[in-house]
Amino acid sequence: MISIIDYGAGNIKSLQFALEKTGMNSQITTDEVTIKKSDAIILPGVGAFQDAMRALKEQGLISIIKQEVAKGKPLFGICLGMQLLFELSEEDGETEGFGFLTGKVRKISGNVKVPHMGWNNLIKHRNIPLCNNLAPDAFVYFVHSYAADGLDTNTLVASTIYGETIPAIVQQNNIVGMQFHPEKSGATGLQLLANFKEMIR
Amino acid sequence: MLAKRIIPCLDVDKGRVVKGKKFTDIQDVADPVELAKRYNQDGADELVFYDITASNENRDIFIDIVEKVAAEIAIPFTVGGGIRTIEDIHRVLRAGADKVSINSAAVRHPALITEAARKFGSQCIVLSIDAQQTTKNYWQVYINGGRKQASLDAIDWAKQGEALGAGELVLNAINTDGEKNGYDLDLIQAIASTVNIPIVASGGAGKKEHFAEVLQAGYADAALAASVFHYSEIPIPALKDYLDKQGIPVRRDNDETSDF
Repeated sequence: MISIIDYGAGNIKSLQFALEKTGMNSQITTDEVTIKKSDAIILPGVGAFQDAMRALKEQGLISIIKQEVAKGKPLFGICLGMQLLFELSEEDGETEGFGFLTGKVRKISGNVKVPHMGWNNLIKHRNIPLCNNLAPDAFVYFVHSYAADGLDTNTLVASTIYGETIPAIVQQNNIVGMQFHPEKSGATGLQLLANFKEMIR
Repeated sequence: MLAKRIIPCLDVDKGRVVKGKKFTDIQDVADPVELAKRYNQDGADELVFYDITASNENRDIFIDIVEKVAAEIAIPFTVGGGIRTIEDIHRVLRAGADKVSINSAAVRHPALITEAARKFGSQCIVLSIDAQQTTKNYWQVYINGGRKQASLDAIDWAKQGEALGAGELVLNAINTDGEKNGYDLDLIQAIASTVNIPIVASGGAGKKEHFAEVLQAGYADAALAASVFHYSEIPIPALKDYLDKQGIPVRRDNDETSDF
């Protein structure tokens, strides 16, 4: 069972449906016991950085998630959920994130329309099992205005180009982040979710 | 490279997909969930569902469809039609929609856009504008499904919509809708050159060339159409092959190597 952390973010239902399609049971929760019992934790997407961190803090979830990750439990951040994995974000002033990954979250600064909305192709930097059965140049669906910057190059798995290079998939040990929405990225997205399932043991 | 999006639009009335011409003369087409699945498989980049009925009873049928669609497809979809309040927006997002499209209610109460963008994020608030050309370079905004004239200039309204917090614009040209003679390039160009949010062109697609025109010369980020897709006059894979040959970046199906 997978815990999808409920911090008031939008469309979690689609994520649950997509996980179901790839054979993963999930529960939308803030309950400590449920989170501790689960096989993996997902931090879902949509919303603002500051609101999300505040909600997580108020519900005492930050320390619980940190403890579980320290034990080796897979943690998967999607869209805003991926941004929360970094040290801090410039959205609404500076807000501290979980700090699992080195780097800051900044507004997309290229000469492009913001938000970065639509299908963009992945450029692979590292070949890891998380990318199994992915075609070169596979398209995935992005909706975001902020992106990670200054990250440790060892964590970068795939990027996309939108005015600048945007980290799209990151991974460090049991921590995975995707800036796009795999649950909205057609067959490619479902393949990525299935690959994540293989990480859960 | 960011792909240009191809978006089939499904007008839903009493639980069925229907097709109207110039917003009237409604014909029954298909079951919305089945059609959504077909488009998902064909490589549509996104879907739009418009609830064209107004009664509360039919609204519940529609929400039920939104839930079923969300369970079946893994691409983004927008819901529009009769969205009047924050609660309406909350309801369709909770049912599984990714974005909501607001039209008449935004004209009557522009603050709804701002309030909705603040609550749910700009990325899921789409301002839909029905525009009819009255003189050269002037487009009048219409509301109530194209039946009522609003005292607004479409270009001004688009700019205002962006400032209010809309994350995307859908531009429906009433003059060209259902005629299959091409999108209203002048309207799309005029608005694309004044706003900095994604633009979805709507109304008038009849051949593959029309899509290429509006995505290139029209600077649209996405092209929406209904009947050419519903009746398989233009299959989406063939359309994407064509656009790719024209040098327009599109998401192709050939990346679908998995078993899903």
